[in-house]
Amino acid sequence: MEVSRQALGGAGATDDLRIRQLRARQMLRGDITDADLDSYVEERVGLTTLEKAQNWARANAPWPLTFGLACCAIEMISVVGSPRMDAARFGAEVFRASPRQADMIILSGRVSIKMAPVIRRIYDQMLEPKWVIAMGVCSSSAGMFNNYAVVQGADKFVPVDVYIPGCPPRPEALMYGIIKLQNKIKGQPDLGWRERYHARGTEEVEQSSTGHARPEAESRHPNAGLEAPRS
Amino acid sequence: MDATGLELIAAGVRERLGEDAVVGTNLYREQATLEVAPGSIRDVLALLRDDEAEAWPHLMSVHGCDYLPEEPRLGVHYQLLSRERLDRLGVKVRVGTDEPVVPSVVDLFPTADYQEREVFDMFGVQFDGHPDMRRILMPEDYEGHPQRRDFPMGGEPVLFTFNEHEDPNSNA
Repeated sequence: MEVSRQALGGAGATDDLRIRQLRARQMLRGDITDADLDSYVEERVGLTTLEKAQNWARANAPWPLTFGLACCAIEMISVVGSPRMDAARFGAEVFRASPRQADMIILSGRVSIKMAPVIRRIYDQMLEPKWVIAMGVCSSSAGMFNNYAVVQGADKFVPVDVYIPGCPPRPEALMYGIIKLQNKIKGQPDLGWRERYHARGTEEVEQSSTGHARPEAESRHPNAGLEAPRS
Repeated sequence: MDATGLELIAAGVRERLGEDAVVGTNLYREQATLEVAPGSIRDVLALLRDDEAEAWPHLMSVHGCDYLPEEPRLGVHYQLLSRERLDRLGVKVRVGTDEPVVPSVVDLFPTADYQEREVFDMFGVQFDGHPDMRRILMPEDYEGHPQRRDFPMGGEPVLFTFNEHEDPNSNA
């Protein structure tokens, strides 16, 4: 088969793949010189910091741990295994069976107090940098399991980066959480709604045993009197 | 099973193991239950399992129960199944919390192994003669038996409810 060769125009004349390949070959041979070479380099080279490049690479390959806790795990599997969600588009599909090869752990389900030390050990075996996603209300805040057997929120024993509400969350919600985590890794922490809407001071105040809000919590918020329980 | 059949079974057990073996009978919504003295539970289950005329060869499950405030508080239920009779029979034992000891039936029904461990874990009933009497569901260093009725619920006070009106009809 005859390979047809055509004369190459200036930089940016065409984006045809074949032409770009030929130009790259010319550049490597040293056939492109002076102004042509300058424009060639300007088109193709970008400058950034090593940190940003590193975070970009990390954010696009957060390998999860093969780890499921309860019913949320089924939704988690459908994010990976179904072509509808296909977490491979975002680099998060390679479930690693060993915590030493995983970057992130998805706590998918309720965490019983018997399972908590196991999860902590698995988390400690993961190599830095590592991230934690609390998927569903159970691992975020124990959900409806306010009882003797379930840890009241997985953030009691591991640091959690992203909380995904839902019982269970839809696969779309998990994808959104993974993308949020990626943005966080890339150095764009998506701030909560209080920062976005300038809603500081509306935090829930923890109730003390006497039924009143704690005094230091009241003094911290100027509008706390509006929210404090009436005695 | 009807009441007559249950009384016949109770009479057969009393005839062979003595009058004190069977404490009482209960037929509720066609479910027959034989209440048995704790000391004779092994003899009763062995009799029901091996008897040619009244064979109940399968132990389907072992349950714990807390009857607070009744005394004796704790109960252990054995659910027997006869596939020939197409019927089920419950056998019940009541023990107090001061000495909650029931003879183990693991050597009669090997399936009772894990189930007796679960009853011990959740209700604190000690099964005398069990080969491996330790917790099965809760962590081994857990204190207390959480399914007892006087055990606290656990968990945490619920957030976001402190400023709700206690009386939903008042706006005060």
